[in-house]
Amino acid sequence: MLEIESLSKRFGGLTAVNDVSASFARGTINAIIGPNGAGKTTFFNLVSGTIRPTSGRVLFDGRDVTGLRADQAARLGMARTFQTTALFDTATVLDNLIVGHRLRTRSTLVDVILGTRRLRDEERICREKARAALDFVGLSHLEARVAGDISQEERKRVAFALALSTDPTLLLLDEPAGGVNPEETDGLAQLIRKMAKSGLTVCLIEHKMDMIMNLADRILVLNYGEKIAEGTPAEIRANPAVIEAYLGTEYA
Amino acid sequence: MKLVNARTGWSLLLLLALAFPFMAGNDYHLTVMSTAYIYAIATVGLNLITGYTGQFNLAHSGFMAVGAYTVGILTVDHGVPFWAAFALSGFVSAFIGFFVGLVSLRLKTHFFSIFTLCVGYIMFLLIEKWESLTHGTVGIVGIPAPESIGPLDFSEPRTQYYMVLFFLVASLWIMHRIVHSLLGRTFVAIRNGDELAQALGIDLMRNKLLAFMLSVFFSGMAGGLYAGYVRFLGPGVAGVEHTFDMTMYMLVGGIGTLSGPLLGAIAVPWLTQYLQFLQEYRFVVFGPVLVLLVIFLPHGIVGTWLNRQRRKAAQSAITPTPAPRLAAVPREKGARHA
Repeated sequence: MLEIESLSKRFGGLTAVNDVSASFARGTINAIIGPNGAGKTTFFNLVSGTIRPTSGRVLFDGRDVTGLRADQAARLGMARTFQTTALFDTATVLDNLIVGHRLRTRSTLVDVILGTRRLRDEERICREKARAALDFVGLSHLEARVAGDISQEERKRVAFALALSTDPTLLLLDEPAGGVNPEETDGLAQLIRKMAKSGLTVCLIEHKMDMIMNLADRILVLNYGEKIAEGTPAEIRANPAVIEAYLGTEYA
Repeated sequence: MKLVNARTGWSLLLLLALAFPFMAGNDYHLTVMSTAYIYAIATVGLNLITGYTGQFNLAHSGFMAVGAYTVGILTVDHGVPFWAAFALSGFVSAFIGFFVGLVSLRLKTHFFSIFTLCVGYIMFLLIEKWESLTHGTVGIVGIPAPESIGPLDFSEPRTQYYMVLFFLVASLWIMHRIVHSLLGRTFVAIRNGDELAQALGIDLMRNKLLAFMLSVFFSGMAGGLYAGYVRFLGPGVAGVEHTFDMTMYMLVGGIGTLSGPLLGAIAVPWLTQYLQFLQEYRFVVFGPVLVLLVIFLPHGIVGTWLNRQRRKAAQSAITPTPAPRLAAVPREKGARHA
């Protein structure tokens, strides 16, 4: 599904990601962990096209997507969420989501000025997509709420819904449970499992080890930009290099 | 219900505008109103790039001058009929806007503003110094009035007023279409954040450039009208202070709303008129009022009102299952900037 071949990114003298290779299988949940500054978010940015790699390749569904812009990658089915989601806080939740399906529509300025049938159809489709995504993440009841009024956990779910409304096959989630309490974290983990079950491939960055160990099929560990381990949660928990660099003895 | 309210509101406004010439005491009032309408068209355009797309353009009056000079030069020096020249004014602005946008939109936030501020000044200098084309500081004199269409004689103030009003209504109607469509949502997504918008598959450059060109199209058209209305042009039209005036109109009315810039563009010039007896001291009144407004109504008059309405609608939509969290923690209203 997603193949990473010796990906590197250097910012001047600093090597943020160094020769990382990995492969993520369809329908699996993959976690990327590591200490702060290990290059996890940079790794996401490289995969999703936000920044260009210095060297290496990214293959998505067998297609070389290295160097594509983020919007082009999104059109190919790569969706991502951010640590913080910038929503239009004075608009309703549903209004915020409608634009999510814009990339699958083709209406132009001419359609807008003439008010064509295509535009009306596409606006209806976008609205339906937004509703469906909102329903999937379990927030249908919030559709008419003003986005600025919803809780942090609900915001995280809206971010998922936004990503889902782009019709992705791969989801990159950057700290999906950051800043939410333990019960809410469980709820979000269930939602992530539900997304994987529906056929999506999920990659996530997370610091909450309890969540990761229960949720992930495979874990990739980065430290100082390099891959130090890869494997199932059980393998990672037993890996001395990981314990040394990140986990400490608590999880060993 | 809400739609009906909005529609009645706009219809009432239109009726008022149509009746205004019969209520106005003299031609001077008509002039003030017509000029306000022309700047309103330009402001509505500026609001698309600054208010809806979030790219604060400071070269806007430069593009208004491009439209105005298109009409001035073509009619006076080349004998082109007004309406033909006017039809070109928006397109010439948008054409130049394409190249300016292509370079300037590579920059973000205040860097974009500073860059466009410089572009605007260069446009002003070009107009002032390129005497063979623009008549330099002398300006363009004797721009013909728009040719009569059937019984409509555009050398008469009342007809001119209706002409300007017609283009204002048309501009608002098109802008309404744009901002309420998928295209408008695309622009707003860019305003909310480049990164997220791009992750949603939005081509940033393409959409920003489109918003920029549309925005300056309105500005150019307003400039074309200005040329036909005032019938004299000097380089001052391009002065950056006009962009700041338009920005003030947006702030007063409500940036990123449809009716806000309109309200500002009409209310502020009238207020200035009424404060004229204070001469230069009127800015002593004006400045603090503006500061207070920005502090206490950061979304402007219309923006604040709309936000309140939306929240009310949201509250009533969720009354079946009351949410204690909402009642307990009233959220900050300027959260977009938080």
